[in-house]
Amino acid sequence: MRRVVVTGMGVVSALGSTAAEHCAALEAGRSGVGELEMPDVERLSVRIGAQAREFRGEDRFSRSELALLDRATQMALAAADEAVAQSGVSFAGEAGLRAATVIGTALTGMGTIDEAYRAVFQEGKNRVHPFVVPRLMVSGPTSNISMRHGLRGPAWSVSTACSSSNHAIGQAFHMVRAGMADIAVTGGAEAPLVFGVMKAWEGLRVMARDACRPFSRNRTGMVQGEGAAIFVLEPLEAAQARGAPILAEIAGFGMSADAGDIVQPSAEGAARAMRAALEDAGIAPEEIGYVNAHGTGTAANDRTECEALRAAFGAHAERLMVSSTKSMHGHCLGGAGAVELAAVIHALREGVIPPTINFEEPDPECALDVVPNEARRAELRAAMSNSFAFGGLNAVLVARRFEG
Amino acid sequence: MSDEVMRKIVEIIAAQALISPEEVKPESSPEELGVDSLGLVEAVFAIEEAFDISVPFNANDPTSGEFDISSVEKIAQGVRTLIAQQKG
Repeated sequence: MRRVVVTGMGVVSALGSTAAEHCAALEAGRSGVGELEMPDVERLSVRIGAQAREFRGEDRFSRSELALLDRATQMALAAADEAVAQSGVSFAGEAGLRAATVIGTALTGMGTIDEAYRAVFQEGKNRVHPFVVPRLMVSGPTSNISMRHGLRGPAWSVSTACSSSNHAIGQAFHMVRAGMADIAVTGGAEAPLVFGVMKAWEGLRVMARDACRPFSRNRTGMVQGEGAAIFVLEPLEAAQARGAPILAEIAGFGMSADAGDIVQPSAEGAARAMRAALEDAGIAPEEIGYVNAHGTGTAANDRTECEALRAAFGAHAERLMVSSTKSMHGHCLGGAGAVELAAVIHALREGVIPPTINFEEPDPECALDVVPNEARRAELRAAMSNSFAFGGLNAVLVARRFEG
Repeated sequence: MSDEVMRKIVEIIAAQALISPEEVKPESSPEELGVDSLGLVEAVFAIEEAFDISVPFNANDPTSGEFDISSVEKIAQGVRTLIAQQKG
């Protein structure tokens, strides 16, 4: 089987509108969480979120383009442009026929739906914009990336709630590794910071009102974020042959289903996905130095994830560095795994582990090294990135530092 | 009014626990009656709708909040307080 490497990476998040800005903020331990700005915000009981404030579609797309692009697709396109440019790859001619596009998104274009519903239900209008349908499709990011870059091979969207990105990246990785595609553009995107979505999350009563404090005893829940991260994956030999930058190697991918509860996570299911990813990578647990945790900051996730890490890593769990970068970029739902893989790749390349910020009080039920509050220098050989979803769908990626 | 508060809360808890209202005792906890964490979130929603109040309840740590959910009676007391505060 072919070795698969990442040759391009692009990010849009509350931390910045390029991969470099996103990663610099992660290193600095800077929070992207702030007061939400949106219509009717005064009717929300949770008014904070990690909005990508600096990302304005109007700066990048024409008016006629914007009519067809939900904010999630706009962010995905910007991240894809960055990734493809860094990779230096061309999809012209035959190359495009063997190029896959696999993007994870949990929700459809919620901003588009919110706006259209507001028009017909609240304002009593009898018509909505003619392109509401193509703009809101959950497959919008995939279609638009493939159209913009001429990717004419296998293309589809993956929607597995908060694991969407990892499932997408994992499937793209397996396709390239197995030779089913010669290159893949993959990642995830989500733009859920709209009134209707926030109202829905309020209902579950798992949202923090001040800050996201993963693994901290005084944590009160999750903070929603938005963003996109896109990667170019290709076989090592092809990347070397064309002198492409090699950012990291994707080494393994594991999936599992809890087959348990629709909202409560299972340590057993999560641990099985981690073991499956290690086995797929052919890596011993002891080789993993860092885990970018799912780490939502809810009582249930963080406790269960720590239990699962202990089950999957045994005694080595005590030596692992485990951080949740959601404390900084918020929970980007279907885009989460992608913006977190960017953090993992940066950690592997630069030897800087992003911290879990807002950490105030150790929790005996989460007693692992959670890299509290400040980034740490450490040389890594391999790292893991966890995503677990409502409905028990788990997806775990393992990446390795590339040593040429 | 107070009896009406209790009657309505008993009805909401009973509906979540899939039992008849007669089986709901004031001293019972929702958990004892078979209401799981999701059921509790739905019950709090039903209470908010029924009394047009906002209940401070975080599902992350249901027992540590400002709203006591340790028994049906405590819930009723809390609701009466919230009604007085929010609609008084």
